[in-house]
Amino acid sequence: MNRIHTLFNTKKERVLSIYFTAGFPNLEDTVPIMEAIEAGGADIIEIGVPYSDPVADGPTIQDSNQIALQNGMSMNKLFEQLVGFRAKVHLPVVLMGYLNPIMQYGMDAFCKKCKEVGVDGLILPDLPMQEYLDEYKALFESYGLVNTFLISPQTSEKRIREIDGNTDGFIYMVSSHSITGAKSGISEEQINYFERVREMNLKNPRLIGFGISNSETFTTASNYSNGAIIGSAFIKVLKNSKNLKEDVQGYIRSVIN
Amino acid sequence: MIGVDERGYYGSFGGAFIPEMLHPNVEELKENYEAIMASPEFQAEFRGLLKDYVGRPTPLYFASRLSEKYGAKIYLKREDLCHTGAHKVNNTIGQIILAKKLGKKRIIAETGAGQHGVATATVCALMGMECTVYMGELDIQRQRPNVERMRILGAQVVPATSGSKTLKDATNEAMRAWINNPVDTHYIIGSVVGPHPYPEMVARFQSVISEEIKWQLKEKEGRENPDLVIACVGGGSNAAGAFFHYYNTPEVRLIAAEAGGLGVESGKTAATTAKGTPGILHGSKTILMQTEDGQVVEPHSISAGLDYPGIGPVHAHLFEVGRAEFVAVEDEDAMKSGIELSRLEGIIPAIESAHALYALNMIEFKKDDIIVINLSGRGDKDLETYIKWGNY
Ligand SMILES: Cc1ncc(COP(=O)(O)O)c(C=O)c1O
Repeated sequence: MNRIHTLFNTKKERVLSIYFTAGFPNLEDTVPIMEAIEAGGADIIEIGVPYSDPVADGPTIQDSNQIALQNGMSMNKLFEQLVGFRAKVHLPVVLMGYLNPIMQYGMDAFCKKCKEVGVDGLILPDLPMQEYLDEYKALFESYGLVNTFLISPQTSEKRIREIDGNTDGFIYMVSSHSITGAKSGISEEQINYFERVREMNLKNPRLIGFGISNSETFTTASNYSNGAIIGSAFIKVLKNSKNLKEDVQGYIRSVIN
Repeated sequence: MIGVDERGYYGSFGGAFIPEMLHPNVEELKENYEAIMASPEFQAEFRGLLKDYVGRPTPLYFASRLSEKYGAKIYLKREDLCHTGAHKVNNTIGQIILAKKLGKKRIIAETGAGQHGVATATVCALMGMECTVYMGELDIQRQRPNVERMRILGAQVVPATSGSKTLKDATNEAMRAWINNPVDTHYIIGSVVGPHPYPEMVARFQSVISEEIKWQLKEKEGRENPDLVIACVGGGSNAAGAFFHYYNTPEVRLIAAEAGGLGVESGKTAATTAKGTPGILHGSKTILMQTEDGQVVEPHSISAGLDYPGIGPVHAHLFEVGRAEFVAVEDEDAMKSGIELSRLEGIIPAIESAHALYALNMIEFKKDDIIVINLSGRGDKDLETYIKWGNY
């Protein structure tokens, strides 16, 4: 069974997913950071595949992408690093990446590699739902990969239902109309949106992302969903860290406790 | 047949590869743009402003001394005489009326040379709408006069400081700004790029160029079809406009002049079809310059308006099926053609347009061929670049 399904079968509250950019801060940090995320007590690991033009991301993640590319990160390099990681890391792992680098690698080859190394799911922000259904759904499924869609406060109820019908992992709720890392804190308007979606009784679990940074925002988000995703705030921890293992674990504990 | 299908594709290029956060905005446009554009009120306002505000029709000028030099009948389509100095305003007029009809309050735009930014700031002033223009930090330096024009017109100019700090990065920033302000804001894209329906919408606004060429040429030569149409291609909006009504007239040769930069093999080029491969950029599947690993390569051209690593999907398709001939014009050659036109015809062209002029040296044509060159803009904004180059 896919690890994402196993997770949500047993844990329905305060699920914490942590995003980081592969190859940041240093090229070889990828697997050590994954181990530290697991040791710290998070539930899902999201690995960002760096891209030169990440249009859905704010300055913090943009910078980490650029540094990772300068460090020499590439799709080949990432898959090389991921060979054998399942001996050390047991959490569900999701790759998040923009479509172009994946297309150049080849969608088939990419999915095959994901399965080989032990990746469970994908988040491809610029892959539209219709394109996914027409071109890639069968392929993803044949490699046991769960595809995650984003929704935002602007997404219509009809479309949320369609998205819910076309995935069986989790739904990524973008917390406000924003790129990553843009806003901090959670407003009344956002709460209304969280409640509105909660009341739709979707079949998929929901994780709230964008603007989640600490225990307080994690708890608020978790009150309205199954948990949350932290990206930019975690990248900042990595950026300022002198001891990755300690700082990653310390940060994650500070969020979940 | 060259044209967009209902999925937003030209052959295998196009589509709308956008984050879900932009889906409602793009869908709103897609659902409405054709009906709005077809409505009599829209057409009346659009045509009225093109005539009285932009100064259309722009002349189709027979360039006799240039013709003599090259041994053909060369006409210049004088988009340089549009209000604000380039073809860009045809599109911004259309999009601002559309934005108003959609009930939008704010406008954002990206700009390279600053021409699209100026054209956007201009129509925002005209309509009393708030305007923010994203511009690469490098372009802000090399297109100073246009930056100040935008400010005088009341627009806010925001530097894009990521990546190559040019048009590609300004476009990223504008897309991010749209994600952050999806409800009351319309994004006026400046070329035939971006997610469907932008490439088609912009091409239709610019298609007034070839619409006019047809009847103007008929008046002057007794025929609607020239033998060749030449235009420069950054994203490809002036070219799409000049080609539009000839897409499906195969006896008219379409010549697209890309920016060769320091040379196609120099690593400092913006010759997308020469160096590019299929991929996704700014929301559409097209041809772009990228590494094997799918990272977008930073382009180079002396002309800020052509300094873009991709081309619009319609041009990728014209290239794919061989309907248009693509040439790569190097910096130095474009500059020489800019001076040549200045001396032969008393017209200082934009450096972008000078690329189209130089194409005359790169293609074969016959002595009595009628050639229309789309003179997309005037050179005022490029004076500093001309001065720095200095060879005149
Ligand atoms: C005068 C002029 N010509 C051409 C271009 C290139 O754009 P496009 O290829 O969309 O016509 C620009 C862009 O700024 C321009 O200012």
